Amino acid sequence: MSSALLKTRRSQLTKGRLPGYAIWVVLGAAVVLAAAVSALIGFDVVVWALIAAVFFVVGATLVTAAAEGSRKAADSLMTYLVYGSFVIALLPLLSVIWTVLERGLPGLSYDFFFTSMNGVTGATDNASAENGTPVLGGAYHAIVGTLQITLWASLVSVPIGLLAAVYLVEYGRGGALDRAITFFVDVMTGIPSIVAGLFAAALFALLFGPGTRTGFVASVALSVLMIPVVVRSTEEMLKIVPNELREASYALGVRKWRTIVKVVVPTAISGIASGVTLAIARVVGETAPILVTAGFASSINLNVFGGWMSTLPTFIYYQILTPTSPTNIDASTQRAWAAALILIIMVMLLNVVARLVAKIFAPRTSR
Amino acid sequence: MSKRIDVKDLNVYYSKFLAVEDVNISIEARSVTAFIGPSGCGKSTFLRTLNRMHEVIPGARVEGEVLLDGDDLYDPAVDPVTVRGQVGMVFQRPNPFPTMSIRDNVLAGVKLNNKRISRSDADALVEKSLRGANLWNEVKDRLGRPGSGLSGGQQQRLCIARAIAVSPQVILMDEPCSALDPISTLAIEDLINELKADYTVVIVTHNMQQAARVSDKTAFFNIAGTGKPGKLIEYADTTTIFNKPVQKSTEDYVSGRFG
Repeated sequence: MSSALLKTRRSQLTKGRLPGYAIWVVLGAAVVLAAAVSALIGFDVVVWALIAAVFFVVGATLVTAAAEGSRKAADSLMTYLVYGSFVIALLPLLSVIWTVLERGLPGLSYDFFFTSMNGVTGATDNASAENGTPVLGGAYHAIVGTLQITLWASLVSVPIGLLAAVYLVEYGRGGALDRAITFFVDVMTGIPSIVAGLFAAALFALLFGPGTRTGFVASVALSVLMIPVVVRSTEEMLKIVPNELREASYALGVRKWRTIVKVVVPTAISGIASGVTLAIARVVGETAPILVTAGFASSINLNVFGGWMSTLPTFIYYQILTPTSPTNIDASTQRAWAAALILIIMVMLLNVVARLVAKIFAPRTSR
Repeated sequence: MSKRIDVKDLNVYYSKFLAVEDVNISIEARSVTAFIGPSGCGKSTFLRTLNRMHEVIPGARVEGEVLLDGDDLYDPAVDPVTVRGQVGMVFQRPNPFPTMSIRDNVLAGVKLNNKRISRSDADALVEKSLRGANLWNEVKDRLGRPGSGLSGGQQQRLCIARAIAVSPQVILMDEPCSALDPISTLAIEDLINELKADYTVVIVTHNMQQAARVSDKTAFFNIAGTGKPGKLIEYADTTTIFNKPVQKSTEDYVSGRFG
């Protein structure tokens, strides 16, 4: 008897609170009203969604203000704004992925991965367009070029960046040299990539004569961009290694360099490794510095130290800017999108690798 | 295998700031010596000068002599690494190496120095050190697990095992129980009593009952005021310090009337 009474009576603690369904009522009303308004000014799905969102935010805030007071109203308003901003921030990313998948997938084939553009001319593209046969030509040379140039850029910049960071954190004592290094690392983080390309081109022109363009010159240009990122991320990781661990090691009679190599760096290695991987992901998509340092090739060149090379970004650039067949540009556009898809997949794989590496190397704390 | 320590006219500086002034003290071999005193009086700073850990901090330096069985630690020709091999240290907060297993933590002093050690010798050393730290029975079945997975008290005993695995002459302990519960504290205090048979032990503590329980001799440090250097006020047998100290400030401190 009394328990039935308790059920029908609303709890004193939830007095003055909107019931759970209220928000859905407001949402439904907002959607219907927005449909009406957008029908008046010419129906469009995007406009409808935008108006519905505005109506919902305003309506829900007003309803909450009326029923629950201004503090709750402010709370829900900010909640909607935060969620809304999140959705807006996510939209371009999803849109990019969708577009690249939609336009890039048709161009992906075994031949695209394993043939180059050698011998593919405007006549080839015209023929495949007229006969409806598959588009010939591929990005093998650009994929190989991207991998090689990025590999050499990492080989150059990771040791330099790592050692510079070790110097800054473990040996530097805040003197003029340290401040200078930190300052210039910060400046280097911000230099435009084309400037790095020009620097590498000029450096090699000085050393080996003008017009020296090889994959390795591009690697040097990319490492100019990579080093500051590696230094920065490694420095931050080394800084958060607790000083207690260094002292524990010193107190066991371990030398400083051994302490760094065997205690400090292993403790920070997961962060360092993921920092390095993200630095690689950042430079793998550079276009401008490659153009001025490695030139452009349409055939396979496996030697980074001689001859011009292509990478995926320069491949895309040339396919779009100077289509192989000026009368049938669709073939070139399709190749460009397929190359873009491969590039995005590469960057995503690098990010996955960074996470795996961080997980594998992370200090074990399980009980 | 334990050595005595004699400190003569020692001044300890952080850059220009004189942190501890004019300490003269003789610490007997195979004894437990406790340093007590209010926070900031320089006990820990002074302790760290006994194995040259003080100078790890930029700008830190000392004047005077610290003699380990007659050999001056601060002779310019002395390598601080040699000193730290002979004078081990246990810190306030347990700090096992997070990347290493329990076994590797015990062997850290050997492995980090790349000394070659056969597997059987390593096993024997691990067992001896862990038994020495009263931890063997608790961890013998999980030596391969990470050291950071142990409880705080176990981690601290692991750090003690790590320190005694390099067979030092002296063990310095900087408030080793301040982060531990009473049961773990008791375990460590029992351990200190056992370590006394083989090592010279110096312990900094804020807990006066602990000083009274574990130490043979006690040194009381005090500070005249903020910004003034810390000084060694009185150094005597623990019973004397706690029962009839000579200095008024010592009596005030040990009886709780201080400040």
